[in-house]
Amino acid sequence: MKPFTYERALTPAAAAGAAAATPGARFIAGGTNLLDLMKLQIETPAHLIDVNGLGLDRIEATDDGGLRIGALVRNTDLAADARVRRDYPVLSRALLAGASAQLRNKATTAGNLLQRTRCPYFYDPAQACNKRAPGSGCAALGGYSRQLAVIGVSEACIATHPSDMAVAMRALDAVVETVQPTGTTRKIAIADFHRLPGDTPHIETALEPGELISAVTLPKPVGGRQVYRKVRDRASYAFALVSVAALVQEDGTGRIALGGVAHKPWRVEAAEAELPRGAKAVTERLLAGAKPTPDNAFKVTLVERTLGAVLADGRN
Amino acid sequence: MKFDTPAADNPIDQLKIIGQPVSRIDGPLKTTGTAPYAYERHDVAPNAAHGFVVGATIARGRITALDTSAAEAAPGVVAVVTAANAGPLKKGNNNTALLLAGPEVEHYHQAVALVVADTFEQARAAAALVKVDYAPAEGAFDLAKAMDGAVRPEKGDGMGGAADTAVGDFHGAFAAAPVRLDATYSTPDQTHAMMEPYASTAAWDGDRLTVWTSNQMIEWGRSDLARMLGLPKDRVRLISPYIGGGFGGKLFIRADALLAALGARAAGRPVKVALHRPLIVNNTTHRPATIQRIRIGAGRDGRITAIGHKSWSGDLPGGGLETAVNQTRLLYAGAHRLTAMRLATLHLPEGNAMRAPGEAPGLMALEIAMDEMAEKLGIDPVEFRVLNDTERDPENPDRPFSQRQLVACLRLGAERFGWSRHNPKPGQVREGDQLIGMGMAVGFRNNLLMKSGARVRLDAEGRVTVETAMTDIGTGSYTILAQTAAEMMGVGLDKVRVVLGDSSLPASCGSGGQWGANNATSGVYAACMKLREEVARTLGFNSKEAVFADGEVRAGNRAVPLAQAAGAEGLTAEDTIEYGDLAKRYQQSTFAGHFVEMAVDAATGEARVRRMLAVCAAGRILNPKTARSQVIGAMTMGVGAALFEELAVDTRHGFFVNHDLAGYEVPVHADIPHQEVIFLDETDPTSSPMKAKGVGELGLCGVGAAVANALYNATGVRVRDYPITLDKYIHRLPEVG
Repeated sequence: MKPFTYERALTPAAAAGAAAATPGARFIAGGTNLLDLMKLQIETPAHLIDVNGLGLDRIEATDDGGLRIGALVRNTDLAADARVRRDYPVLSRALLAGASAQLRNKATTAGNLLQRTRCPYFYDPAQACNKRAPGSGCAALGGYSRQLAVIGVSEACIATHPSDMAVAMRALDAVVETVQPTGTTRKIAIADFHRLPGDTPHIETALEPGELISAVTLPKPVGGRQVYRKVRDRASYAFALVSVAALVQEDGTGRIALGGVAHKPWRVEAAEAELPRGAKAVTERLLAGAKPTPDNAFKVTLVERTLGAVLADGRN
Repeated sequence: MKFDTPAADNPIDQLKIIGQPVSRIDGPLKTTGTAPYAYERHDVAPNAAHGFVVGATIARGRITALDTSAAEAAPGVVAVVTAANAGPLKKGNNNTALLLAGPEVEHYHQAVALVVADTFEQARAAAALVKVDYAPAEGAFDLAKAMDGAVRPEKGDGMGGAADTAVGDFHGAFAAAPVRLDATYSTPDQTHAMMEPYASTAAWDGDRLTVWTSNQMIEWGRSDLARMLGLPKDRVRLISPYIGGGFGGKLFIRADALLAALGARAAGRPVKVALHRPLIVNNTTHRPATIQRIRIGAGRDGRITAIGHKSWSGDLPGGGLETAVNQTRLLYAGAHRLTAMRLATLHLPEGNAMRAPGEAPGLMALEIAMDEMAEKLGIDPVEFRVLNDTERDPENPDRPFSQRQLVACLRLGAERFGWSRHNPKPGQVREGDQLIGMGMAVGFRNNLLMKSGARVRLDAEGRVTVETAMTDIGTGSYTILAQTAAEMMGVGLDKVRVVLGDSSLPASCGSGGQWGANNATSGVYAACMKLREEVARTLGFNSKEAVFADGEVRAGNRAVPLAQAAGAEGLTAEDTIEYGDLAKRYQQSTFAGHFVEMAVDAATGEARVRRMLAVCAAGRILNPKTARSQVIGAMTMGVGAALFEELAVDTRHGFFVNHDLAGYEVPVHADIPHQEVIFLDETDPTSSPMKAKGVGELGLCGVGAAVANALYNATGVRVRDYPITLDKYIHRLPEVG
C-alpha cells in the first residue's frame, strides 16, 4: 500500500469537487474491494475521499412509483428492504447470492457497481494486464481463462465484471444518478454505465473524473416472476461461472440479463423477443458473436441450460 | 523404551481417560484468541521489525540486476536482505529449491529479497520498490507434455521403497483376463490452504538464534535451519507451540523462517515474517499433479487376477515423486501385480507432501477404477471390494496385516448409509431438478512408526507436567498427551499440564503422515512408565504391583498420595519410544469405508454433497472427539479435491495462476451439509503400547473417489480428471426442460 492522504467529505458536491481537484484521488465507501487492491498496489490512490458521511444511505420511493437507493445503502440493508423484496425480488436474490454476510454488511450499492474484475492476471502485478497497466498486454489471453468473458471481449481484455447486484439492476433498467464536480447531477442508464473493454479496458464506466454516484433508481415495478440463478463450483462465496437474472411475465415475455460472461452485465433486448421460442433461441441471440476460449467455451452451454431451467421453473 | 514385542495389558487399557471424548484442553486459549501464534510473539520478542518477502516474477532464469536502493531509502526501512548480502547459505536437506534465490531463479515467487522495516505497511510498500531484472530461461511446465521424458528416479519412491514393483506375470495375466479395465486418470496440483500463513519471528542473542515459527516437525526444522545458516545445531532453538494448520506444508523450514533469521541478523533486532497469501502458493510447496494409468483384469467371478498402476508426476530437478501407486501394492488381492512411478522435470514450484501424500491422489484414481471395474463385472461396488480383500500383504503372503477390518468397515458403512437403496444403473434417480447418486470408496493409509521422546515431571502438589517437542497442528495433541499422562499416573486431567513445540524439549516424532498421535503418546507412555518406577521406588512400592489411581499409589492395603513421591524437588523421568521390527513382520495399515450421496442439478450440473459417512478402523481411538474432528476435516478436504481444488498452471509462464483464496476454492460450510463418522472398536498391539494408529490422513484417503463415484452414479457421466467440475460433463447431461 502506498502512503495516501485522507479526507472526509461533507457533501456530495464537495466530494466530487475534491476528487476532481486532487490528482490520484479515489472515493472510499465500504472499501471491501479498494482496500484489498491497495494492499496489492493494484490501486495506488494518492488521496482517499471518504464518502461514508454523505447521508446517501436511504431507500426512498420516487414520484413515479419506483425506488431510489442511496449510493451508500449497504448490500445487506438493500437485500432486506421490504419494498425490494416485494417489488424487485430479483435484486434481493442477486445481492444475497454475492460475497459473504460480513462483506455485504460493509459493501455499498455504488461500490458494488464499481468493483473491479477478479481476473487472476489483473491480481498478479507481475503479469501483463491492460486493465492494471494500460498497454502492457493481456496475459489472460492464451492463459488460464476458465472464469473469464465469452462475449464483448477484445484483443486487449477478456475480464468479467464480478457483480451479481449489477446484473439484476440491468434487468430492472436501473438508472445511476451522479453528482459532478460542478455540483450538477446527471442520470446514466445502467446499460450505458459499464463499458466493454475495447482497447481501453482500464476505463470501466461512463463516470467522468471526479463524478460521484449518489443513488441508483429503479423504475416502477414491472412484476412478473423474478429469478436470480447463480451457477458456481462451490455452493457459496464464489463468483459466478454464469448467472441469469430473469423477469418473466405470465404471457411469456420478459427480460434476461447475464452475469459472469462479459465485461459488464450482459443484456440484449432484442434477444428477449425470442423468449416464447425458448432458451436455445434466446441464448443464440444473447450470445451471438461470442468468442469463448477453450477454457470457458462451456459457459455458452451453461447459459443456455441455466436459462432453460429458469424458464422451465415458471411452467412447472 | 524399545517396543519390539506386541503390547500386553498395560495401564492405558484402563481407558478411564484415554478413549474418552475429552474436549481440547487448549480450546479456551483458541476461542479467546490467547494462544500465541508465531507472528504475534510480542511477549517474548518485543520491538520486532517486520519483514516482507519479494518473490521472483519469472519461473526460471537469472537475476541480472537487483536494485534495492529505493527500498532502502523508503520510510522506516531497516534492512534489505538478498542473496548478495546474506552470506553463504546452504540448501536445507528437506528443500528442493533454495529459500532465497539469486542469481539463479528456480521457480516463480521464489524469494529474491526481504525488506525489513519498522512497520508492516512500510515493509510492504518498500518491497514494491525493489527492482529486479531477469534473464528468463525456458522451462517445462506441462506434465502431460513432459511425461514422455519422465524417468524412474534413482532414489526410488523417496521413502525407502522401489519406484517399480512386479509380482508374477502382470502382462500375461492382464491379457488373459476375461474382464479388463485400462483407464487413465489425472489429479491436479493442490495447495494446502491452511488458515495460518507461514510465519516466523526470529531473534538473535549473540550467535544463538531463536525462531518462533509455525512448523510441524521441530527437530527436522532445527537441523535444517542450522544447516542453511551454517550454525551448530545447538545454537538454534525453534519454538512452535501453536500451529494454525499445516497439512504437510509446514513439515519443513520455509522462506519465512530463514528470512526472519537473516532479517533479524541484518536489522540487529527481532524480525517477524509472514508470507503474504498471494505469495504462498508459488513460494512454498504443493501436492504435485499426477497422471495415472490403471489396469485391472479379473475373472467373471470378480476376482482380480492382474492389477497394474503406473503414475507420472513432476518436480524441480532434485525433487521427488508423488507416490500415487503405493496403496495399490497392498490394498487388493491379485496374483499378478505391477506398479511403476515416473518423475518428469518440471520448473514449477517445488512439489512435496500434502496430507496423505501418495495415497490421497492414488486412491482418487484407484477407487474410480475399482468402481468402473465393478460395473463392468456387474458386481456391487461394495461386494467387489469385499471379494478382493486380502488378509496378507499381496506381494509377500508371509506377511499378515496386523489388523485389517476393511470388510467390517464396508459392511457397517453400507448398512448405516442405506447402500441397499443405491441404484447400480447410473443416471436413474431424480428428485425434482436434482439427479441423485450414491458412491463409495475404500480409504487406506499406512500406519507409520517414528521414535518419539518426552519428559514427565511430578511436583509436590501432585501435578504432572509433560514436556516434548511434539507439535499440535490443530489436531488435539495437547489433549491426547494430557490424557495419556493422566491415565498413566492415575490423576485427573486437571492435574496435567502439557508443554509442546520447543526444540529444547525432548525430540519428538512431530506431526505428519498421521503418525503424531500414536507415536507421541507412546513417547509419553514410555516416560510415564519410567516415572512410575521412580515413584514406586521412592515410596517403597513394588512397581509391578503398584496401582496408580485417584492421585494415589496403592498396593495391598497401603495407599500413598502420589504427590508424596515428588518431595520438594519433584521427580522427573524422560524416555523415548523406539521400535523394533514389528512393522516389518506385520503390515500396519488403517482402513475406511467412505460413502457419499450427491445431488447434481440436472440443468446446470452443479454438484453438491448431500451426506457423507466414513467408517474407520484405525487402532485404538485415543479421543473420539478429536479423532472425529480430524476425519470430518479430512472428508471436507476430500470434497474439495473431488469437486474444485486445482492449482491452474499457466504453461506459458510457469506458475500457478489462482494463487489466492479467491481463485483457489476450498469447501465452505454450504458445501458440507452432513457428515457422520464411525470408528470400529479396534486395538492394534503391534503398533505401540498405546495400540493406536493414525487417523488424520485416513479420513481423506478415498473420499475424492467416493464423491466422483456418486457423481457418476447420479449423472451417468464418468469423469477421470479431477477436479470434477461441471464443464467436464455438462454437455453430456440430459436435455433441459
